[in-house]
Amino acid sequence: MTHILSFQLNGAPVQALVKPSDSLLDVLREKLDVTSPKRGCDSGDCGACTVLLDGTAVRACLTCALTVEGKQVVTVEGLSREGELQPLQEAFMAHGGSQCGFCTSGMLVSATALLAKNPHPQRQEIAQEMSGNLCRCGCYEEITQAILDTARKGE
Amino acid sequence: MNQYIGKAMPRYDAQGHVTGKVRYVDDIKVPGMKCVKVLRSPVHKGVIKNLDFSKAMTVPGVVGFVTAQDIPGKNAYGRFQDMPVLAPENRVRYRGEPIAAVVAADEDTALEALSLVSLDIEEQTPVFDMFEAMKPDAPLVRHDSKSNVWVHYPPDITEVTMVKGRVDEGMAQADQVIHGRYSTGVQDHAPMETNVSVAYRDEMDRLVIHTVSQTIYAHLGMLCAILAMPMSQIRYIGGRVGGAFGGKNDIHTDHIAALAVLKFGHPVKYRLSREEDLQFTTKRGAFVLDFKTGVKNDGRLTACRIDIWHDTGAYAGMSPYGLEKCAMFAPGPYDFPHVKVTARTIFTNRPISSSMRGFSVINGQIASEIHMNRVAEALGMDPWELRFANAWRDGDQGVTGYKVRGAGALEAMKKAAELAGIKLPDKLMSMSSRGRQAS
Ligand code: FES
Ligand code: FES
Repeated sequence: MTHILSFQLNGAPVQALVKPSDSLLDVLREKLDVTSPKRGCDSGDCGACTVLLDGTAVRACLTCALTVEGKQVVTVEGLSREGELQPLQEAFMAHGGSQCGFCTSGMLVSATALLAKNPHPQRQEIAQEMSGNLCRCGCYEEITQAILDTARKGE
Repeated sequence: MNQYIGKAMPRYDAQGHVTGKVRYVDDIKVPGMKCVKVLRSPVHKGVIKNLDFSKAMTVPGVVGFVTAQDIPGKNAYGRFQDMPVLAPENRVRYRGEPIAAVVAADEDTALEALSLVSLDIEEQTPVFDMFEAMKPDAPLVRHDSKSNVWVHYPPDITEVTMVKGRVDEGMAQADQVIHGRYSTGVQDHAPMETNVSVAYRDEMDRLVIHTVSQTIYAHLGMLCAILAMPMSQIRYIGGRVGGAFGGKNDIHTDHIAALAVLKFGHPVKYRLSREEDLQFTTKRGAFVLDFKTGVKNDGRLTACRIDIWHDTGAYAGMSPYGLEKCAMFAPGPYDFPHVKVTARTIFTNRPISSSMRGFSVINGQIASEIHMNRVAEALGMDPWELRFANAWRDGDQGVTGYKVRGAGALEAMKKAAELAGIKLPDKLMSMSSRGRQAS
């Protein structure tokens, strides 16, 4: 049984044929060729697949694809407009927020959601909000600096 | 040049990371690509009596199976060429050892096919403990070897021995001999990107393999031997790795993906799930380290005797190489006039151990530093003072006889104390690695 799923992806309407068992991550990566959300664990543990769903950070691997019907999904591909990097992306580059880069998309999405909710987070709040995103290369301090720097410059 | 020195430069690939444009191996799609999954041993040790794919072959979408018989070249790889690609001679030596690979339309089909393979294994008695494995009557992990201890130097030397001076003499000069035994456990690298390969034939009929290898040239050589192909026929494409930490120093998926392409011709992807990656890839192996340290009551070290046992699991991986590093650095950055280290690599029916960050040096360091604290405690001495008194100075000699140049342990310790907010006595702060002046 397949269904036609329609939603807004990075501001544009998209459609895909999906099975009820498909996750949003399956649809993005395998059907729509949006590869920035990564399959780090496929079980909700690592945060590498994080995307924005109507502005809230969710794990695409745990999101049943059919539930996003008519909603807005944003991935890292949708963060930079017309090739212009967002301040957060610039800050990740400036502070060395990535080594292998495999966790970076999920980190950027979670940090974007965090700053939207709380434009001036304290270190402790950043640690709390970002705790669902793992970075095995160990860029946690650099990522925290990048978020603090973005918040400071946004003043 | 000056525009770079002393400045923080962005990574060359950071822009790709922050825009999501970097293509990792799992992001590659090839038209007609099939999925590879591997049937693995459900037992820790056994002999395969029967392997029957007929039921699995009836699943729609299954292309076929690859077994050891399909390997055109050597069914062995690794730094010590002792790891089989697929279970050889119907024997398995650890739970999870690859037996056969299925090629199918997609992952669900591949997994369904694997569940329908009839596999009849006669289970044998495994051994999991290094010291059990070293007993004369222990079951052999490798039926064709004389014992469970790796032969470091053929034909029959199983111990790595490093000696400086005469340990007995040094122990006789000591006021106290302090003994300690330490063990470190198994650890997985768990890079965010699991092991994955994409392989296919290009328009020139060359074999293309997209790899996550962190040792690409060594692995290319191993693949040539497994596939019996010259390097000119393999395009081995790497360089984009989502974390590795030593775990991608061994081939985990490339060889099997390549064999699937050679046998069936379809492009394939072979990707380990997180569960598979955690269970079946190489690990940092377990160690047991035994330290006996002779010391004068004033804190000067006189001798050290170190014994090391390293559990490499069912195959050698890079463990024997790591063991030598461990042995060489286990005494730590301290000036022992007399020191002897003896180390061995032991097979058990556990997952394969190989390289992981710092190789095996840090396993020795953990033991050595805990032991230094114990020595200080036995002497009733401040551990900083014990370390400062004995830390390498320029010109001191390591266990293999090399002369230390550019020693920096004292300076590093001073900096560490400062960062930790610890005020060290002037006596220690005035010491320098440039020489051991009488204090
Ligand atoms: S892939 Fe979704 S949380 Fe890890
Ligand atoms: S940069 Fe490698 S996992 Fe975060």
